[in-house]
Amino acid sequence: MSTSKAMQQSFALRLSSGTFLAFWCVLAAFPIFWIAVMSFKSPVDAFADSPWDVILGPATRANGDGLSVLDIIIGLVVLFFAIRWAFTRLPGLVRQYCPPGLMVLGWIFGAVLYGLAFVLVFFGVLPLVLGALNGLLGPLGAPVLGLTTDHYVAVWAENEFYRNFLNSMLVTAGVVTISLTVGTLAGYGLARSGSDLAFWLLILALVFRALPHSVLVAGYLPVFINSSEILRPVFGDGAPTLYGQPWAVIAVLVSINQPFTIWMLRSFFQNIPAELDEAARVDGCSHFQAFRRVIMPVMWPGVITTGLFSFLLGYNDFLVTSLLLDAQNQTMVPAIAGYFNRETTTTDQVEAVAAAVSITAPLFLLVMVFQRQIVSGLTAGAVKG
Amino acid sequence: MKFKTFAAFVGPSVFMMLLFIAAPLVSVFIQSFQVTQPILEQVEVETCTPGFLTQTCTTEIKTVPVLDDNGKTVTETRWVGLQSYRNVLQMDKFWAAVGNGSWNDIMQIDFWKALRFTLSFTLLTLPLVIGVGLAIALAVNNATRSIRGPVIFISLLPFIITPVIGSLSIYWLFVGDGILTAMLERWTGTNISMFAQAWTIELLMYFYRVWHVAPFAFVIFYAGLQTVNMDTLESAVIDGASRWERLRHVIVPHLMPLIIFIALIHLMDCYRVFEEIVGFRSQAHVISLQWLTYDFMTPDDAGNRAISRASASAMLTMIGIVFLLILPLRRTWRDHKGSAH
Repeated sequence: MSTSKAMQQSFALRLSSGTFLAFWCVLAAFPIFWIAVMSFKSPVDAFADSPWDVILGPATRANGDGLSVLDIIIGLVVLFFAIRWAFTRLPGLVRQYCPPGLMVLGWIFGAVLYGLAFVLVFFGVLPLVLGALNGLLGPLGAPVLGLTTDHYVAVWAENEFYRNFLNSMLVTAGVVTISLTVGTLAGYGLARSGSDLAFWLLILALVFRALPHSVLVAGYLPVFINSSEILRPVFGDGAPTLYGQPWAVIAVLVSINQPFTIWMLRSFFQNIPAELDEAARVDGCSHFQAFRRVIMPVMWPGVITTGLFSFLLGYNDFLVTSLLLDAQNQTMVPAIAGYFNRETTTTDQVEAVAAAVSITAPLFLLVMVFQRQIVSGLTAGAVKG
Repeated sequence: MKFKTFAAFVGPSVFMMLLFIAAPLVSVFIQSFQVTQPILEQVEVETCTPGFLTQTCTTEIKTVPVLDDNGKTVTETRWVGLQSYRNVLQMDKFWAAVGNGSWNDIMQIDFWKALRFTLSFTLLTLPLVIGVGLAIALAVNNATRSIRGPVIFISLLPFIITPVIGSLSIYWLFVGDGILTAMLERWTGTNISMFAQAWTIELLMYFYRVWHVAPFAFVIFYAGLQTVNMDTLESAVIDGASRWERLRHVIVPHLMPLIIFIALIHLMDCYRVFEEIVGFRSQAHVISLQWLTYDFMTPDDAGNRAISRASASAMLTMIGIVFLLILPLRRTWRDHKGSAH
């Protein structure tokens, strides 16, 4: 690119730019890295004064929880190969065994199966084998790095965080599916219609995008709480109370997400040449047939990207879910607020940290797998104006 | 495309937006002029306590809620005009404070406190986000090709993390015995508590927001930098423009539409600042407009939700949105009219 002599940069400039970049990377990753480290330590270590104590965890080690040099080496090797296998072999296997047309389901199934196998090997088989090996090796097998999974066990098993996890998955899956179905149709319609009405719809969506969510929830709350009385004339005695219903929250989140979704999908559809569906129309397809047969096969990159952002919205939401769901079917992010209230001892605090890391881990995986789609989604709306 | 086909495509989406966005807006507007309260009645109650010779009896008038056949309290909804707005704005206290010329007194009133924070938060983080985002984009553009991928990966992490968790992760670094507080204390030799006064919390919130949004600005600027016209840059070099002048006169003008885009998105998102308050647990010191509405809606100790006050504060928040959007909307309208002719 900028290889011409005039564009070459002085050493000082390159150095300072490199330093700045390194500084930014540390800044960006440090808080996340640090809570991940804290979550594996006993409370004394997690809130120790010296950073080395937090990383090495002497108090955790003193309790007998720790990793030896051998554990660390073998663990890292297994991790490395597991990740490499996931990126090189897994896609091939999915393609081979999956009936065509059900590709998305196949991928989800493959990912879940792989995740289960990984957890089983990494947390089930490996500790057993390594425990035996460490006993044989003597001094080399002595723990050097304090590490305990107690807090995760406490959070997931004793506090039944898996319920919140399942609720989160339900809400998120609902939001992604419905908002993509509804949004794709609207995005296509808006991209192919040059009318004033389409323009005004987009402007209206922009205004809706700016609304604070609390304003909308103030509108839902009284209606949702009293909905069984309000709906009784329509549905009879079976009228549901919408407050506390996951599917009511899904509908709300889908609608809140619509403005953003249709803007984004519209910009993706505009990139698909209109000649494509015009050709299909000439061949005698109706608009819907053209959409079904010509556009749908080529729209997946845009849909996947938009789906990622819908996922983030549903997964990250705190305000709507905390106000419209009750304690029994709370999702993960508001559930963590429950830890604040009883966060009295340092053990509770570290458990809250472990819960926070559990919420972050899927997002970390998401960036790892879909980095390119996320970047293209961020730039799609902006660069084309 | 015929109108009917267009309507069929957009219909479901528009229906959902009308039902769940437009209709609640109308209902919030109406609610803000109403108050729903349990109907109270006054009952004369005679209570007698055993005493010597005769019982001591007292009659008093108690106010109790009216119950219906099922034992539920009967509520009524009344029109109260601007009463809820008055409760939120507390203009009498406000004017008294203005009369005294006391800034602190104004900041005692929740609404004005929230407004002050929301506005300063929005306006202070805006230049920081754009500046930091641009700086990262330039630095990545300078870097060797092979490290760009990993850098983008790391940069995306703060952006993608759940806002509540992101602010919590920073909270845990600075909480009473957190690692960075311990470090600061060792450096300065004084006892530091970051969450005991408003201004340190606010600083951390600004930091968090820049940390969270700068990656978004960075990715967009980075994409924009790939399309800078190299010929223009080289001719600028030949004309003797320094590096700074090239940035100032070639690159920044090229990125101007993107800067406006990011500014618009950032203003919208910052104006509804909320998760930071939850993550940093700062409600005693710093609150925002959206948090104020949220607080009215969460049940208090008696289990009541102050819906009408929440609606009033929601409507007041909306006024800010209108101001925020007037300029960009007028611009888009002019562009649209320009392109039509």
